[in-house]
Amino acid sequence: MNHTLRTPIGRLDYAFAALILFAAALTFKQYGNYLDYYEQGILLGSAAGIVWLGWFWKPLRVFLPLCGLLALGAIGLYDGALANGSSRFWLKYALSSQSAVMWMCVLFFLATLMYWVGLLRKSATALGVASGLTWAAAAAAMISKLVRWYESYLIGADVGHIPVSNLYEVFILFCLITALMYLYYEARYQARSMGAFVLLVISAAVGFIIWYTFDRQAHEIQPLIPALQSWWMKIHVPANFVGYGAFAMAAMLGVAWLLAEPANQSSSQRRSLWLAAALIAVLGLGLHLGAGALGETGAPRAMFAAKFAYCAALLCVVAANRGQLASYLPAPAVLDEISYKAIAVGFLFFTIATILGAMWAADAWGGYWSWDPKETWALIVWLNYATWLHMRLVKGWRGATLAWWSVGGLFITTFAFIGVNMFLSGLHSYGGL
Amino acid sequence: MRFAVSLLVVLAIASVIGTVLKQNEPYNNYRIEFGEFWFQHFEAAGLFDVYHSAWFLLILTFLVVSTSLCIWRHVPGMLREMRSFRERATLSSLQRISHHLESPAPLAAESVTAHLSAHGYRWRVREGEDYTLYAAKKGSYQKLGYFFAHAAIVVICLGGLMDGNLPLKLAEAFGVKHPEVRSIPLDQIPPASRLQADNLSFRGNVFLSEGSAADVIFLNAGQGYFVQELPFRLQLKAFHIEHYSTGQPKRFASDIDVFDLNGKLLKSGTVEVNKPLIVDGVAIYQSSFGDGGSGLQLRVWDLASSQASAVATRSQVSQDISIAGKRYTLELGDFRPINIQNMGRTSAEPDNLQSAMAVAQSVKGDHNVRNFGPMQQFKLRDETGQAIEYQSYMLPWQEDGAFYMLSGIRREVSESFGFVRIPLDSDNRLDTFMRLRAILTDPAQHAVIARQTTAKAFAAGGVSASGREQFEQITLGVLEQFARGGFPEIDRFLTERVPEAQRNVVAQTYLKVLQGATFEALAIANSRAGLPTPAEDAKAFRFNQDALVAISNLFDYGRPALIQLEGFDEVKGSGFQLTRSPGKNVVYLGSLLLVLGIFCMFYIRENRLWIRLSPQGTLLALTSNRRTADLDREFDLHRAVLLPQTAAEQEQDKETP
Repeated sequence: MNHTLRTPIGRLDYAFAALILFAAALTFKQYGNYLDYYEQGILLGSAAGIVWLGWFWKPLRVFLPLCGLLALGAIGLYDGALANGSSRFWLKYALSSQSAVMWMCVLFFLATLMYWVGLLRKSATALGVASGLTWAAAAAAMISKLVRWYESYLIGADVGHIPVSNLYEVFILFCLITALMYLYYEARYQARSMGAFVLLVISAAVGFIIWYTFDRQAHEIQPLIPALQSWWMKIHVPANFVGYGAFAMAAMLGVAWLLAEPANQSSSQRRSLWLAAALIAVLGLGLHLGAGALGETGAPRAMFAAKFAYCAALLCVVAANRGQLASYLPAPAVLDEISYKAIAVGFLFFTIATILGAMWAADAWGGYWSWDPKETWALIVWLNYATWLHMRLVKGWRGATLAWWSVGGLFITTFAFIGVNMFLSGLHSYGGL
Repeated sequence: MRFAVSLLVVLAIASVIGTVLKQNEPYNNYRIEFGEFWFQHFEAAGLFDVYHSAWFLLILTFLVVSTSLCIWRHVPGMLREMRSFRERATLSSLQRISHHLESPAPLAAESVTAHLSAHGYRWRVREGEDYTLYAAKKGSYQKLGYFFAHAAIVVICLGGLMDGNLPLKLAEAFGVKHPEVRSIPLDQIPPASRLQADNLSFRGNVFLSEGSAADVIFLNAGQGYFVQELPFRLQLKAFHIEHYSTGQPKRFASDIDVFDLNGKLLKSGTVEVNKPLIVDGVAIYQSSFGDGGSGLQLRVWDLASSQASAVATRSQVSQDISIAGKRYTLELGDFRPINIQNMGRTSAEPDNLQSAMAVAQSVKGDHNVRNFGPMQQFKLRDETGQAIEYQSYMLPWQEDGAFYMLSGIRREVSESFGFVRIPLDSDNRLDTFMRLRAILTDPAQHAVIARQTTAKAFAAGGVSASGREQFEQITLGVLEQFARGGFPEIDRFLTERVPEAQRNVVAQTYLKVLQGATFEALAIANSRAGLPTPAEDAKAFRFNQDALVAISNLFDYGRPALIQLEGFDEVKGSGFQLTRSPGKNVVYLGSLLLVLGIFCMFYIRENRLWIRLSPQGTLLALTSNRRTADLDREFDLHRAVLLPQTAAEQEQDKETP
């Protein structure tokens, strides 16, 4: 009989730790001379962190070495020449970073589809397949990150850098982290059907990645501007995305909770919610179709507002259908608990990321806090979740209010993440108040 | 408590205002943006510097005070709680705990202590009349988390306050200090707008040219600025900028010397982005760069006389200049030694799925970047105050094997530059072009050119004897039209005088005539200047063709002079931010506390376990600071180990519902 809450550390764990430490030592021997003290520290810290992660959540003991191995295979195939990426079969169709990203996109879409099939048909098989697809998508994302890192050095020795330097790269990171965090909770709570909701937000990010690639060619590797040439980037950005991923997951679980827990609604209330959904959707459609007429600055904003309206309409639909999926979803208490845990993790990492950002700012800009819009919105996000946690822990709030609040939190987070860059660049970009 | 939590929301909403409205812009921008009425109200409400306004600081103060009160009220109780084992719990209170279990099975004291220590519990034993109570607990530091996290908020705010320059704010409030709003020389700035070197904290900027030095910096303050004296003198030795092959900047670095005020060298080093230098508690950051006033050698071509004169000057200055007897002001802007432009993709835009996928697959962009080389931008303002803006590129611009001088022109700041492309001769000079232009645009020379062109055409058999007179007249006409206004003038003539049906044929003829005349014109000009007759080859033909286009374009050039950048002596400039922030380490300490606190609060579970042994049986009770599924699991674990009989009963219960 198992007498502890956590599975004990076994032989495989030690083998995994040895492998990771060996890889770290090899990296250190090979590249130690190119790393400054901080980067050497980050290397050691990452190795320790990966070992701990593998021990904490056993599937990673297979996932991480497998991804590493495939990435090494890709590096071997490249053989020091970027041109091989479009001529060698395995690189061209699977392992070059962009091919891996395309696979990731396809796999996430398929996983979303299968989660919904599994949810609506109550099919454990479909949910199992969906879970496998999500793992595969996460592996593709991981491989793409590793291979892209290498590819950047093939473009130029001075161009090479860790791929967390622009919006395109961090969106893939977001998909990866959110998917892995979700897979952890799915396994821990044996609650697969909630994937239908979490994968929706990942799919939205995937949609953005595809648009960003084909419309804007954002996937091209750009060299780092001087302000980003710092070891701080290596820790600040990933920490931030643990936060963003966790908040996004919590919000989607909030939606699931609302559909799992019935509310006392009269049919007239429901009708008016449906009506509101329809009106807002029509408004969004109007903005969407009319965006072209609004000119160069107006059009992207109208599109953004249209998407916001679609989301609002969907939320009205959710509000009109409280409890409709009760028999399909895990118990509301489970959703509530995972949502809370996700926010707790996200809050911790977001706090760390913001502090790291402040310390980086002190090195790069001359002040740890300049009330720059991005910083200020990070503070707003932090305050929002701090209040959420106070309400839950101190006031003992549960249920609908907190679920709606975590959904609202995603809007605030999204604004801090993308909206700030889109709208708040200058005095004229938003036409004042 | 409730008040403190509401303050978090209020603070968040207040923070939004400062992100929607760009902060600390020059106040005139706000005036233009909002109009005088709203400007005054917004300024009174502190909306242009929200985060330093009195009301925002008041919210922060309330937050600090109420958080402190929370700590004050809760911490003593929590400390008591942390120390206590609650070994005085009565039987009935234990029975009221939701996770409790009573069993008639006896339990040995040794197995209790073994189990407790195996699971990391600390305990106290209380011997009652007929029972022994083990009151155990673990994770007491969870409570410390509360203290850490809340103290962190207070510490961070205090650190921020230290750097918020409170003494200066007070001095301003009492009218001792006030910001200077005029642009006046440094030595005329009154003491009320100057801050001494011992100022506790500051953050300001200074821009230095290579070789120059400063011992003061400027702090932005609302509509004006303060002059902050430094405890040292900062000198810029050299500024370096490096680029990637794609043209993006790669490195900005300033070599600096820092002297004490007696002129003794204190420190010498290089400041880079992300790599500040700290001297005497003042951190020196690389914050901007630019032209520091470079020496320029210009060649001013008077377009009327086609004569050139050399002018030596500096960038970033204004000077008077006389062209063709008229006075102009030459206003020189920044000198830019490197001008890299992305000329678009080298391959075609993808038009089908396959090529789109190929583009999406490649991480290396195929952009065509070109360095246009050194460029000087300037305005030439006439006596009525009208200005036209020009760009002059120094390096020849190569296109299909021929070399050109590029000169940009625009009349409105909102327009983009249009370019005139002037062909250079084999020495990469403008002289040949200018010689050709001078003779072509001089009506007095037209008769000679026309005569020689006709003679040549006759000799080559292109014109009959009877047509000779007519050909000469046509040549003369075309030259006159061209000299009056270039190709647009010829075009106007054709449109007015020639029926549409024949216009194309006539235009072709005119062009050929003009080309022939151009060649003869250059030959005449060359022989007068004692130079050899130009060769009659494709290269010469292209030169003449380009020259005709350029001469035509110059009619639209706006000013009677063409200013060529011939040489420069670059002096770079570098902008620094200097800060002294004693609160930084306090803020970092607060941040550390915050992370520790949050970690303790969420990831340490405070569990209390009571095991009461008595002749009647055993009681097990478990509480935790948080009631989650984990608590159920842990309770099941304890009962499975300590009271396996009841666990078996429970299994049976599950099987027979």
